[in-house]
Amino acid sequence: MAKKLGRHTYRLEKTVSVSAWGSIGGKKEGEGPLGGAFDEIEPDARLGQKTWEQAECQLQLRAVDAACRKAHLMPQELDFILAGDLLNQCVSSAYGLRAFGIPFLGIYGACSTMSEGMVLASLLLEGTDAVRGGVVTSSHFCSAERQFRTPLEYGAQRPPTSQWTATAAGCAILGRQERPPYVRTVTIGTIEDKGITDAANMGAAMAPAAAATLAHFFEDTGTRPEDYDLILTGDLGQVGRDLLYQLAAEQGYRLEGLHQDCGLLLYDRQRQDVHAGASGCGCSASVLCSSILPRIASGALGQVLFLATGALMSTTMLQQGESIPGIAHLVHLSSRNHPERRC
Amino acid sequence: MTDQEYAKRNQLASAPTKSWKNIPLAFLSGGAICTAGELIRQAALAAGLEEKTAALAVSLSLIAAASLLTGLGLYDKIAKHAGAGTLVPITGFSNAMTSPAMEFKSEGIILGLGAKMFVIAGPVIVYGIAASVVYGLILWLARL
Repeated sequence: MAKKLGRHTYRLEKTVSVSAWGSIGGKKEGEGPLGGAFDEIEPDARLGQKTWEQAECQLQLRAVDAACRKAHLMPQELDFILAGDLLNQCVSSAYGLRAFGIPFLGIYGACSTMSEGMVLASLLLEGTDAVRGGVVTSSHFCSAERQFRTPLEYGAQRPPTSQWTATAAGCAILGRQERPPYVRTVTIGTIEDKGITDAANMGAAMAPAAAATLAHFFEDTGTRPEDYDLILTGDLGQVGRDLLYQLAAEQGYRLEGLHQDCGLLLYDRQRQDVHAGASGCGCSASVLCSSILPRIASGALGQVLFLATGALMSTTMLQQGESIPGIAHLVHLSSRNHPERRC
Repeated sequence: MTDQEYAKRNQLASAPTKSWKNIPLAFLSGGAICTAGELIRQAALAAGLEEKTAALAVSLSLIAAASLLTGLGLYDKIAKHAGAGTLVPITGFSNAMTSPAMEFKSEGIILGLGAKMFVIAGPVIVYGIAASVVYGLILWLARL
């Protein structure tokens, strides 16, 4: 059984590793710096479907397919799948995966869903006899715009703090293989709210949650940022990253040089006009599943802290004058297994 | 860090809107649309239309042009640079009606297109009419 460290963290006692991963991105993601690392780049924004929501369903389906293909598995061989997205009632997950017949748990953590899913999948594998399970999340620029903002063709200027919702999905299959990347420790995030009300500045709303989760993890495990090769946040963007550095510094942690943000890796901000960076469930999921997991598997990255960040708000609550609560869940991935652990 | 302190840090970390660029561009593009309107009016007058009908022709032409550009997927690309220049004239209203009509067509022509068409322009219509009633009342009282 996973050993509870402090109040927020669980150290896995059994071997849990990420055995395969799949990623899919849209045209813009393909043109970004990570374009070559994706399993699939789909130039058709509608993915051959009639609506944007159906297009996003396809993203999830194809990400699961890609990951299963690489794991030499039929999707039906997964013991469970944890899936989530940004759309109301998580429809991209439910409709996207309905044909597979995999035991399904829908989860919602906004853009933190990928790490939330990996935390839950790791604990499920640790605490049960399940052999392997999938985690998948997606986002689509067009379906997110119409739900959270304005119609696509509406002529408006986006403020410099705004972020571009990624059209992408990522799927990771976790299992009991003796092969890196290993999941060593997980930290469940707490909801943090510093009173940000601007929906066009999600990075600022989520940075306190990332800082809190990191501090909880370091306290619970007795480690420091320097003990890790990479601290990877989900989609803080430029504003959120700058604020995270300040918040972490106040707690005595220096992240500069050790930290990267998926929201700042996915696009070329100068060339691709995405303002403060990328966002969306698909941002952190696709960056992790395209360019980070392979580098841990090869040993190029040794110890990685992956914490996807989410803004847990709705347009209704914002219109009622509420602020934006943030959350971040952390997964410690490693190229080496703990010496005492076994399958 | 208190919420107030965090708000200050956020303000420092957040790049401000590029007003030095946006305001002149809005002035130039908005001015260009109004100049186009004036050219249409002069052309209408030259074609023999009355003053009132010529003004109507200006509105109709600009609404139709903005709606067409929205449909062709060009309006938002222009508006990205023009900002308030394309928002304030009647072209902005046209775009605010056409864009949701296109967007929500996928939910059907009644509850999708028909209902959501007013999602942005609706408040403008409601408060525009409300304001005109108030001003009308003031005018009527002033003339008593």
